Amino acid sequence: MLLVVEQFLNGLQFGLLLFLLAAGLTLVFGIMDFVNLAHGSLYMMGAYFAATFVMWTGSFVFGAILALGATLLLGIALEFVALRHFYGRDHLDHVLATFGLILFFNDAVRLIWGPAGLALPLPGWLTVPIQIMPGVFYPSYRLAIIVVSLLVAAFLYVVVMRTRLGMLIRAGASNREMIGALGINIKLLYTLVFGLGAALAGLAGLMQAPILTVQIGMGENILILAFVIIVIGGIGSIRGAFLAAIFVGLIDTLGRAFLPDLLRKILSSAAASTAAPALSSMLIYMLMAIVLVVRPEGLFPANKR
Amino acid sequence: MKDQLNARNAVVLLVLAGLLLLPLYTSMSGNVFALTLFTRIVIFALAASSLNLIMGYGGMMSFGHAAYLGIGGYAVGILAAEGIGSGFVQWPVALLSSALFALVVGALCLRTRGVYFIMITLAFAQMAYYVASALSRYGGDDGLTIYKRSDFGGLINLSNRVQFYYLCLGCLYGGIYLIWRIVNSRFGLVVQGLRSNEARMQAIGFPATRYRLVCFVIAGTLCGLAGALLANNTDFISPAVMYWTRSGDLMVMVILGGMGTLFGPVVGAIVYLVLEEFLSQVTEYWALIMGPLLLLIVLFGRGGIVGVLGRFSRG
Repeated sequence: MLLVVEQFLNGLQFGLLLFLLAAGLTLVFGIMDFVNLAHGSLYMMGAYFAATFVMWTGSFVFGAILALGATLLLGIALEFVALRHFYGRDHLDHVLATFGLILFFNDAVRLIWGPAGLALPLPGWLTVPIQIMPGVFYPSYRLAIIVVSLLVAAFLYVVVMRTRLGMLIRAGASNREMIGALGINIKLLYTLVFGLGAALAGLAGLMQAPILTVQIGMGENILILAFVIIVIGGIGSIRGAFLAAIFVGLIDTLGRAFLPDLLRKILSSAAASTAAPALSSMLIYMLMAIVLVVRPEGLFPANKR
Repeated sequence: MKDQLNARNAVVLLVLAGLLLLPLYTSMSGNVFALTLFTRIVIFALAASSLNLIMGYGGMMSFGHAAYLGIGGYAVGILAAEGIGSGFVQWPVALLSSALFALVVGALCLRTRGVYFIMITLAFAQMAYYVASALSRYGGDDGLTIYKRSDFGGLINLSNRVQFYYLCLGCLYGGIYLIWRIVNSRFGLVVQGLRSNEARMQAIGFPATRYRLVCFVIAGTLCGLAGALLANNTDFISPAVMYWTRSGDLMVMVILGGMGTLFGPVVGAIVYLVLEEFLSQVTEYWALIMGPLLLLIVLFGRGGIVGVLGRFSRG
């Protein structure tokens, strides 16, 4: 029981983290019609920035805020210098151009921070376990991730659905020519949205940094998961990304935690120990395949154009 | 393809003849490294050509093509590890398993279009990657060393560098001939028609998905062959072969050389891998140059090298 609660929370935490990543990806795709593979690189940069700034300032919170700002600026700069020339081009061009950016960022990180990974130590007040239920303790840092991610999700909802900026974003997603004709500065809007997406990716990266090691290529595996999420959720739909992210986070975590034991009951233990790791890493993709067979446009497709 | 002497055809002819005569040069100059490099290039040219069949002619932007390299390679590696060294068994198994994987993946992915297709093919290739990493019996993450290359009896000795190079080159030229025949057949015209206007083709009565799927399977099988060659070339197979950056590399080769042109992927593979080799000798951080270079190529180099040459020669 204790393990189930703990793993459930782990899954929720992972799912929310994935949502931060997927939200930026789906926002950029939904509004600019731009496929950004380098999103994972921004996640990685967020983690590296955090590790560096926390070391410089000596404060976790302050360093994290600086890192968030740095990723935001990096995203805006990236859009301004390179990516805005690719809007309106073929998706394949986006894939290739941002693939080039991934190569660039990986080697840039290797040049600046060296090939070895970094560790981001947690401050003392975030390492104490918190009692969430009688007899059930949970690491306070993971709990903090859950709370922050939920707050960000709520913030995102309010911004997109309840503010003028959000109105423009939604209008841009449904008809970009029209909103331009109405005198809105689309270029600025696009830059802002891209920066917002970058900041979300950076936030995910810096929050994940203390749990995993900060290393080159850390953004690539999780980027694929974010892709799976927006495909399951329906590209361009933030609500879909949210639900799909939690779904994927839970299935992945619970699958890894309980599938080996489950298989051991059916198969011999030798066969189970070989099959379980392969099967649990395939779980997400099988889920995606099922969704595709049933609903090729995702579970919660965005506004139909 | 008209038989006239223009810049594009001249370059293509030069490349094809150059590849054919390369062992002559290396044996005279004793430059073994060039032969090793070009064996690799020829193998990747075959893989890129197979990707070009679906990407350039079929309009199916597969971002998971490296999975077939891995499957073909693992078929050879696993059979070798289990003591079955005969190439007459290994290679058909490599082709069949690639074809089977392409059939399953294609049947699912072809339900989607556009950017969904790009992402789904990517996700399935990653799945193959993770499965290979979990194969602890066959090395898992660390990969699998192949102690003996595929044995073809007295027919051909794969351990001989020159013979192996010509085998690879034969497979490449054979593959390109096959693609040429496909592209100019009724089947190939239907697939190209589907790329241009699917609704119209369906209205005429062609079952779109079935045609695409067959094309997808052919390309996957051809890439499986490249995988079998690759495993023999490196005497080693690891999940890294299937990693998604490999799929990206293949895509870049196709675009760089010229998507939808018969010899574009060959030119692209040569330029990309030679450039990579050259840059990595100049600096350890070669991707710092390669990455932005890619951006510029995508931005300005429409139609790839072969396309630019064609435009140039048309005046």
